[in-house]
Amino acid sequence: MLSQESLAKIDRELTKYPADHRQAAVMSALRIAQDEKGWLSKDTVAFVAEYLGIPPIAALEVASFYNMYELEPVGQYKITVCTNISCMLRDSDVIVDHLQERLGIGFNETTPDGKFTLKEGECMGCCGGAPLFHINNKRMCEFLTKEKVDAILEELK
Amino acid sequence: MAAFDTPVQHRSDKEALVCLRTLGQPDPASLQAYLNVGGYKQLQRLVQDKVKATDVITQVKLSGLRGRGGAGFPTGLKWSFMPRYYDGTKYLVCNTDEGEPGTFKDRDIIRYNPHQLIEGMAIAAYTLGARVGYNYIHGEIWQDYEIFERALDEARAAGFIGENLFNTTFSFDLYAVHGYGAYICGEETALIESIEGKKGQPRFKPPFPASYGVFGKPTNVNNTESYTSIPWILEHGGDAFQALGVPNSGGTKLFSVSGHVERPGNYEVRMGMPFTELLDIAGGVWKGRQLKAVIPGGPSTAVMPAAAIMGATMDYDGLSKAGSSLGAGSMIVMDETTCMVKTLKRLSYFFYEESCGQCTPCREGTGWLYRVVKRIVEGEGRMGDLDLLTDVSSNISGRTICALGDAAATPVLSFIKHFRPEFEYYIQHGKSMVTGKAE
Ligand SMILES: Cc1cc2nc3c(=O)[nH]c(=O)nc-3n(C[C@H](O)[C@H](O)[C@H](O)COP(=O)(O)O)c2cc1C
Ligand code: SF4
Ligand code: FES
Repeated sequence: MLSQESLAKIDRELTKYPADHRQAAVMSALRIAQDEKGWLSKDTVAFVAEYLGIPPIAALEVASFYNMYELEPVGQYKITVCTNISCMLRDSDVIVDHLQERLGIGFNETTPDGKFTLKEGECMGCCGGAPLFHINNKRMCEFLTKEKVDAILEELK
Repeated sequence: MAAFDTPVQHRSDKEALVCLRTLGQPDPASLQAYLNVGGYKQLQRLVQDKVKATDVITQVKLSGLRGRGGAGFPTGLKWSFMPRYYDGTKYLVCNTDEGEPGTFKDRDIIRYNPHQLIEGMAIAAYTLGARVGYNYIHGEIWQDYEIFERALDEARAAGFIGENLFNTTFSFDLYAVHGYGAYICGEETALIESIEGKKGQPRFKPPFPASYGVFGKPTNVNNTESYTSIPWILEHGGDAFQALGVPNSGGTKLFSVSGHVERPGNYEVRMGMPFTELLDIAGGVWKGRQLKAVIPGGPSTAVMPAAAIMGATMDYDGLSKAGSSLGAGSMIVMDETTCMVKTLKRLSYFFYEESCGQCTPCREGTGWLYRVVKRIVEGEGRMGDLDLLTDVSSNISGRTICALGDAAATPVLSFIKHFRPEFEYYIQHGKSMVTGKAE
């Protein structure tokens, strides 16, 4: 269900914890699974649980509790814009409007070609770089202007 | 990395760099950069000379270092709570989960000076007898998490963490753990649950982590900036660190300055710096506008009108005398064009969204606060709403498992206290007194 490469990454995470606490690796295992699959289906979550030897419900609880896991399919590029206070004060709404206009979608929607999903995020701990968004939970893009947004969208096309 | 991802750095010669002292070198996060400033020498000295744990704790107490995660608890005192003798593994945890809006200082530590944090944790491990450590890093900063992982590899290869360090019996393993988007995991017991691979729901205290922490074992939890201050303290002595600051607030502090300033960013300055000087370092209020209000320590600290903060100094006592608190040093600056009602709505939404839901007053109360502020912003407010908000806030405070409940009440109470006419105007006219618009 997961590639050898992903399993090797999960095995590395497991070395961080005592052998009788395999559940501790569930957060990173789910992250690694999501990186490979794009989102976490019930089957993927169950597979991760089985691999770690924990009850499926324990993995599902974690997958539903934390904001960055996706339990529904998302586009190839998930763009999460922070709209919390420091970003709001630096006009994150201008960035949100621009993205929505360029992509023709609202929050929690995906473009018809399956390329982009737009999400609203809470503080990402990078407020000095506001306004900002991150892409696929990985790449942080800061000090955004409409022009920078256009350049990034162009690059991802 | 594409050009538009490159971070912008502003520095000032009024800073005093302790935690960020590798800045200015070509590759500040590298092991070499840290060795160039005398890095890992303190760890080596303590371990090789078998310096007594009590001597280390004495220096930390003298330094006046108080927890930089927001609560300001004296670090030396916290360390003395760890059981000295324990038949089993003791743990050390670093809290790099900063997700309180306006807080972004620990990120700069792990991406610009990760080795000093590693040395600080190793010194704490030596002092407290911890065998294993975890640094729990906020979910959204993946690129910085990777920088920290690389630093761990370097430190391991160089023999600064791992088994039998400096050919002694002292061993310390340190790992990075990655969060995945939950503000509540910044609370230390929720963070511990999360390390164990569970939902981040705070535990009842007592028992405290010092007796029942990670995997049920004695655990010391400190903030990133707290640990990172330790090597400097041991190099120069506790008194020297204390002398960098003011009474009751020893040392330097990283202030995260965000919002309406010309040069947002982290500035590490001596404790006790006048607010006006710090504002000046950050370039002053942007666009030549007037200052309206400042949240000095993150949204769990009370908002201050310009007049109240202009004369204040940036330290624990200075800010509490002026009617707020230092918190995590997350200074959010608002200019004259800011609508306080709309701002409060966003903060209330945040606490509602991030409540873990296990205590009724917090779960129901944060939802209620958000819905009432929202209806005011949408022009549907009623005259009794301000009293209702005050009532609901007072009912959350002090009746919950963790401090998120109090944190949610603070902005509501302080915004209404200082900007009441703006709220009344919004309710009466169905639009903002500042922008003239409704949502
Ligand atoms: C809701 C909530 C969020 C918190 N978030 C953080 C955080 O992001 N980083 C942090 O160091 N401490 C945070 N704390 C405080 C921690 O519980 C804990 O006091 C701190 O990590 C201890 O380290 P220190 O004594 O070095 O400050 C938070 C507390 C609460 C109640
Ligand atoms: S106060 Fe709120 S966040 Fe804290 S434990 Fe209770 S419900 Fe969870
Ligand atoms: S408020 Fe947007 S990153 Fe902190």
